[in-house]
Amino acid sequence: MAQVLLSNVRKSYGDVEVIKGVDWQINDGEFVVIVGPSGCGKSTLLRMIAGLETISGGEISIKGTVVNKLEPSERDIAMVFQNYALYPHMSVYQNMAYGLKIKKIPKEEIEERVQKAAEILEIEDYLERSPRQLSGGQRQRVAMGRAIVRQPAVFLFDEPLSNLDAKLRVQMRLEIKKLQENLGITSVYVTHDQVEAMTLGHRLAVLNEGVVEQLGTPIEIYEKPQTVFVAGFIGSPSMNLINGKLDDEGNSIVLPEGGTVKLSKGKKQYKGQEITLGIRPEHVTLAKGKENGIEVKISVVEQLGADTLVHCTLGKGETKISDTGFVVRLSGIKTFEEGSFMSLNFADKHLHMFDAKTGKRIE
Amino acid sequence: MTEHRPILTFIAHLTLILGIALVAFPIWVTFVAASHEAARMVQVPLPLLPGDQFFVNLREVFVNGIAGAGGIPVGLMMMNSLIVALMITFGKIAISLISAFAIVYFKFPFRMAFFWMIFITLMLPVEVRILPTFEVVANLGMLNSYWGLSIPLIASATATFLFRQVFLTMPDEMLEAARVDGAGPLRFFWDILLPLSRTNIAALFVIMFIYGWNQYLWPLLITTDRSMVTVVMGIKQMLEAAEQAPQWNLIMMTSLLAMLPPVAVVIAMQSLFVRGLTETEK
Ligand SMILES: Nc1ncnc2c1ncn2[C@@H]1O[C@H](COP(=O)(O)OP(=O)(O)OP(=O)(O)O)[C@@H](O)[C@H]1O
Ligand SMILES: [Mg+2]
Repeated sequence: MAQVLLSNVRKSYGDVEVIKGVDWQINDGEFVVIVGPSGCGKSTLLRMIAGLETISGGEISIKGTVVNKLEPSERDIAMVFQNYALYPHMSVYQNMAYGLKIKKIPKEEIEERVQKAAEILEIEDYLERSPRQLSGGQRQRVAMGRAIVRQPAVFLFDEPLSNLDAKLRVQMRLEIKKLQENLGITSVYVTHDQVEAMTLGHRLAVLNEGVVEQLGTPIEIYEKPQTVFVAGFIGSPSMNLINGKLDDEGNSIVLPEGGTVKLSKGKKQYKGQEITLGIRPEHVTLAKGKENGIEVKISVVEQLGADTLVHCTLGKGETKISDTGFVVRLSGIKTFEEGSFMSLNFADKHLHMFDAKTGKRIE
Repeated sequence: MTEHRPILTFIAHLTLILGIALVAFPIWVTFVAASHEAARMVQVPLPLLPGDQFFVNLREVFVNGIAGAGGIPVGLMMMNSLIVALMITFGKIAISLISAFAIVYFKFPFRMAFFWMIFITLMLPVEVRILPTFEVVANLGMLNSYWGLSIPLIASATATFLFRQVFLTMPDEMLEAARVDGAGPLRFFWDILLPLSRTNIAALFVIMFIYGWNQYLWPLLITTDRSMVTVVMGIKQMLEAAEQAPQWNLIMMTSLLAMLPPVAVVIAMQSLFVRGLTETEK
């Protein structure tokens, strides 16, 4: 079936290694999303699967065939590009039919496939137009139509929605998700959009500097990030990460700015260790009494309507804002006085702990 | 610019009208001269209004030519010029398209060296390399032939450079989309690159056609056969003959005829040509 296997895939440009050994298996019909900061190698990895970029080391196989040496057109893939990459001198119909024409597929079948794809994407009315006469969203549909008519084993998407405005992006996101479910075609999707990363795929791969930091379902990655990088990257606003140290019994965490966080289950084996403590803004709660919580100074309040984001600094406010910017997300509209103090609780079950040196998760 | 100031409008129009008059006057004189008898053209003052001999003169030069200049029919000269100009134009466009394609889309050793070699020949116009070129053409036995008249003028650094710039503006993603679609290099060239360079090709066609049509020195050098004379060369020979028996009416008629094909090409290609020079969207 249409599995995609990567084993120890590497890519170097001269001396610079941009993909540093990626291993994974994408199952038949699975939708995998690759996310990561700019320049981490997402596009490079995708383009290697597509065959647009040579492979410096390792092996990529699609449907059980090693494709390292195959041309893109021989790999049974279809790709949707960020800038649509439509042929400007061809009509929408010709754009979609071009690949099939080269493959020498009979005219009637081409016609049938294009019609069907056009119906699915609701672009039947534009078939005779030229791409110039279409809006961005319509162009992106045509680009997807061109991919669909090929009936490939694998769909590859490189940030296909990043040129669209916010509203259209939401709509197209849902459509891509539905489309992939209906067609059941194995798909790899590159994005740096948080929402797309969380909602689109069955599995999410977080890439950082050419290394897959974590591969898992979006919820797994949200709930149990394996490294500090993943913790800080996934989620918006991002997770609060603060330095701390486990006390000598391993029962609580001492914060250098003052305050301690009690752990219900002690971590004896890590006692005395320096750690990075993570808590998501949405998991912080206001403490009932002043004494029980961690005291913070409020610096900026942002009311988003559905939520209120409170930016604060830890401790008595002696540290500069940039040192430990800490964000609290409270639902609904809340008012606070900037410059005043409040006391916070970190629920034990929502705490994430990472080894301060290696950045790895501590359970 | 939607200002309405009568004086400005007046000055603008005056300038334009004067400019047009300046350009059109010699052509008018040519036309008038071509419509009189030979005798009238050597009397002072010269006529400023057309006479009644236009079609007589036309028939004379087209079929018989000017006796004093070898009596080569201008019809034949025009045919020669047309063939040579078209060969040069098509040759130039074909060669430069292909070399620009190679330089932009293929990685081969010394690619940049080749590009610069082509580029440097920009500094060597025909006149500079005329002697060695003559020798090569003579050794190849191409004197007095259409090949000899056109091939040495076909290589074109300007056109190669222009197409290179055009190809460089084509988005990479489109090339990649074509690769995913399974288009090999030749298909990509035919199906995508050529249609997208259409307007540039038209612009170059006009420029190169006029360049080929106006060639004088090179044809003069390599043609001795009467039947290979081109129109521009022919006019020059007629001027020399005019010193003995001035037939200004016929010479002017020939000039008038020589102007027609370039004008026809410009008019035919006009809309594409203008787009080719101004269009940037790909
Ligand atoms: N042709 C090239 N030569 C040298 N380095 C390159 C080349 N192409 C990409 N790189 C480098 O490889 C790294 C990964 O690039 P890539 O385009 O895959 O990033 P990305 O994750 O897709 O980023 P973005 O989110 O900005 O699109 C970058 O550091 C980039 O500078
Ligand atoms: Mg990218």
